[in-house]
This record gives sequence, structure tokens and C-alpha cells, in this order.
Amino acid sequence: MAASLNADDLQAVAGGGLLHRRLLLKSGLAMATALAAPTVAQSAGPDAPPVLPENPSSPSWLHQPGKPFSSYGSPSRFENRVIRSIGANRDLPGNGVSWTPLESLEGIITPSSLHFERHHNGVPDIDPAQHRLAIHGDVSAPQMFTIDNLLRYPMRTQTLVIECGGNSNAGWHYEPIQRSVGAFHGLVSCSEWTGVPLAILLDQVGVDPKASWVIAEGGDAAIMNVSIPLAKLMDDAIVALYQNGERIRPENGYPLRLIVPGWEGVVNVKWLRRLHITTEPAMARNETSKYTELLPTGKARMFTFVMDAKSLITSPSPGQKMHGANIYEIKGLAWSGRGRIAKVEVSADGGRSWAEALLQDPILPRCFTRFRAAWNWDGKPAILKSRATDETGYVQPERDVLVAERGRNGYFHYNAIVAWGIDEDGAVRHVYA
Amino acid sequence: MSMRNTTMRYGTLAGLALAVFATSLSAAEPLPGIQPRSQAPTLGTPMSADDITAWNLTIFPDGRGLPPGHGTPDQGGTLFAAHCERCHGVEGRGATADELVGPPTPPTDADPNKSIGSYWPYATTIFDFIRRNKPPETSGSLSNDEIYSLTAYLLAANKIIGTQDVIDAKSLAQVKMPNRDGFVRIDAP
Repeated sequence: MAASLNADDLQAVAGGGLLHRRLLLKSGLAMATALAAPTVAQSAGPDAPPVLPENPSSPSWLHQPGKPFSSYGSPSRFENRVIRSIGANRDLPGNGVSWTPLESLEGIITPSSLHFERHHNGVPDIDPAQHRLAIHGDVSAPQMFTIDNLLRYPMRTQTLVIECGGNSNAGWHYEPIQRSVGAFHGLVSCSEWTGVPLAILLDQVGVDPKASWVIAEGGDAAIMNVSIPLAKLMDDAIVALYQNGERIRPENGYPLRLIVPGWEGVVNVKWLRRLHITTEPAMARNETSKYTELLPTGKARMFTFVMDAKSLITSPSPGQKMHGANIYEIKGLAWSGRGRIAKVEVSADGGRSWAEALLQDPILPRCFTRFRAAWNWDGKPAILKSRATDETGYVQPERDVLVAERGRNGYFHYNAIVAWGIDEDGAVRHVYA
Repeated sequence: MSMRNTTMRYGTLAGLALAVFATSLSAAEPLPGIQPRSQAPTLGTPMSADDITAWNLTIFPDGRGLPPGHGTPDQGGTLFAAHCERCHGVEGRGATADELVGPPTPPTDADPNKSIGSYWPYATTIFDFIRRNKPPETSGSLSNDEIYSLTAYLLAANKIIGTQDVIDAKSLAQVKMPNRDGFVRIDAP
């Protein structure tokens, strides 16, 4: 039964026509959403499926057998534009990134096939039967584990965000970049990870009480290594074997990935092969020359592991279009490396006033939280923002505040409030406001 | 959740190796009970000293882990032109890959140079990263002498060492980079 709106429902709770979040709980309320604005390439691309005219009351698929069973499913051919966008070194195609298309996804789980990637020298083709995890260093009993061994340990499952420390780095630019939200902020994804709590394995090798660091190493052709404080790994790290219920995809670390909840992507070492227990960091390339943030003082922040709270609006977002004055659903994602999201606020007047968004269950620590808000857009120019607060009380900063604190040359750990400008035609642009 | 509580919770699980109902295991195989930590079975196999030597690639900033060998900037220049210039540019000035050579003065906000001479805090990192990753098409193909030579070339090009200096395990560990003290630890002791 369709809900009827009353005058109270349409009473704005913040500037620009933002409505109370209780409106979203009314059953049967249909709201407008911004739609993807098709580009020329999309509407006439060679991969576009042929469009055959059908009578919706009696389409052809009601009258012929469908395709047979498939041993491993794949998305509808009509969804072939929902893909990662790739940015790689043209001289070295295995060195680069691919971004998750956040604007095309709903809920909180990123499909494994769309999880973002950062590789330094390609995706290794690892035979699990010949892969080993070596744990040695300041331990009483150095050991090697096979994948079959690890599969016999008790496991734990946790749904977690992994965000690259370099995500959203275009936010430091002097001019706002005009890209889809995924191609700007999509070095972040959320999966259900299952594996062996690392504390169990560390306990078995007998870690020396004076040890304080672990150097983790991956099994790719960059043999990427990074140093991580032992206390964090004892606390909640997982040696993961499964992602979203199946064995981890090669590009996400098959057969073994170190999962370090809430910490920047680079320490979530893919293709994990070695853990070296030590009393000091190795000062590897990816903890000195990279993943450090130069401040205006000339000093650089180092070992900035925690990904601070962040949120962004995925609809409407650049590349989508609003179609006239109406009540729209604003939707987006929020997360924090420090724990649960406590609150997300949305503004339609560039941050002068804010309305609290509805947080959709489940609200899990260090995991995507989906938020929604109702917006009675009057068709006039507006500036949308979202602002996350996590359970520690940390509030996502405005961009000018972050830039004043960090300067422009840090590159990593950009988590400022994101602003989308809506014009009278309903077009959405990234703005600094 | 406090770190201590979490660790204690795992502690009760430590060492509990479960049989899984895989095709290779009989479903009738008894599950082991929870055992005291001291008696916990491990499913790992011990690593010998030789195993550890074969596996251990870690190089520390004080030079521990550096292998025998040596090289000079001249020898390294020839290797750089052959293997590195295509992506890192002539004399390491940058191309599709990072700029490697820059003034040996710490970076400032006005001149945010992150080249080796300006930004990298430890010289051992250069050897380590080349050994792991370079050249990317055939990583692992360079000899230790060649890696020392490339390291010497990059240090000399950044005016950290002289053009005639020899770099080996001992001399590399003694190089003090200009930006050694340019970092502040945030989430680590």
C-alpha cells in the first residue's frame, strides 16, 4: 500500500530542501534517483548488446527456453558497462591501479570481480600446492605453512573495507577533477574476508617478548614488503583464504592475503609468503619513499596506517543527471578505519546546514555503511555534501581544513568532505565549496 | 574492543587445529578437543637455518641482510642506461616512472621534491628495492655486484657519494641520507 505524504513529511530539516530521514522508512514511497547520463561511447559502443523491440506484456523470453545451467555464473550482458577503470603505466602494464565503479553499485559488498586493484608488477599465477607461508625471525620455532595446513585452522569471518592509502588523491589538486565517483574515489572496496586469525600462528611460532614489528612480504614479481607493528597483527589481523565466500581472486591475493582491519591497503599484503618478526621496521620503499605524507613544515608523516573516516555521495554523482524538481533519494557510502560509523550528515547548501542521513543496517566496524537521505530538490543550483562521524567522535574534515593542516604535497590519506554541484539542468559536477 | 580482550579471545583458540570435511579427510576422523596452549599442535613444519637463509630477503637500515659484493657509479651508469632509463628517464630525471635524481636537500612545501637525494631516508632501501623488483620485466636477474653498482650510480647522481666511491655492504650502511630525520611516526612506536 502506497504511503501518503503529509505536510510534515515535506517540511525541510536543513537548507536546500533536505527532508527528515524518517521519510525513508515510509513503506512504498517511490523517489526519483539521478540516472547515468549515457555518453556517446556508451550508447553506440561496439560492445553494446543489440536492442530488439519487445512487447513487455509478452516478451520473447516468455516463449523460448533459456540458456542451460552454467558452472560459474557471470553478470547479464546488459551490465557490461559496470567495470573497473584501469590506470597503468604504459611501459609496464602490470604497474598501476584499477578503480571500483562505486556509482554503479548498491548495498555494501563490492563484488570480487570489481574490487579495486593496486599492483606493482602484475598478478602472479600462484599454484597453491607450491605456495608457502614462512614465519621466522625473533621466534623460538620458525615454521612454514602450506595452504592445506592453513585450511585446517579455526577461521574467522569479517566484512571489511580495504582502502588504498592513495585513494582520492586528486582531491589535493588545485582544480576539482571531473570524473565519476568511482574513478576518483574507487580505490576502496568492501568484502567479506575469511581466514585464520594471525594471533594463532604467531602463538605457535613462539614470538620473542622483545619483538615489536613484523615485516610482511608478498609473492609477486615485486616481492613487495612492508613493516607492521606486531601489536596490531596480534590484535585483529587475519591470514585470509576466502573473499566473499570463495577462495580469494588472483588479483586480490590468491591464495593468501594478510588482512589488517582498518589500515591502509598496502599493509594488507597480497600473495602473502613471509612474515619476519623483528624489533624494528625494514624501512622499505613502500614505507619511506611512498605512503608517507610530506607536510608544509618539510617533515613527512610516516607509518600513517589508520584510514580515517570518510563518506561520499554515490547518487547523484558526476556523470549522472537529475531530471527536474522532485523528491530524490541521496545515497552514499561511509566508513572509518577506527571502527563503526556513528552518524552521516548531508547538506544541500554547501555545508551551511546539515540533515542526518538514515544509516542502513548492518553498521559494522571498518566496513562500508550505506546511508540514504531524502531531498526535495526545487530544481535550482545546489551543492551536496556528506560528512561522516565515527564511533570515536572523529568528524570528517572540510577540504580547506585538511589542506591547511597537511598542505598539498602529502598525496596519501585524503579524506575531506566531497562536494557535488548540481546545476539547473540537473548536471552534477565535482566542486570545491 | 580493547587489544587485550581480543588477544585473550584468540588465546583460547590458539593451537586448535580442526579437521575439515574435505574429500581427503574421513568425516569419521575425530575432532581434536581444545588443548592447553602449551600442548597445542602446530600444522607448520620447522624451518632450518638454511631454509631461513634461502627465504630471508630483509635488509635493515643498519645494513643487516646486505649480501657480499660491490659496485661503482660508472658501472651502474651503464646498467641504468640499459635497464632503467626507458621508464625513469635520462639520468633518472623521470619519465613514465618516478624521478629518482634530485637535489640533496630536504623537500619543502615550495619545492616538494621526493627524489632519492631529497626524500629517501635510508640508502639501504635503494639496494633492497632494486633486488626485489628491478628490472621489472626480469626481476631477480641482476647480480649483487650489479645491484651495488646501480645503487652507487643513484647515490652519486644524487650527489650523496663521490663519482669514484665504491659501494658495498659496509659503505652502503654508512651512507647518511640528507632527509634521514625528515619523518615523524604517526601510528607506530
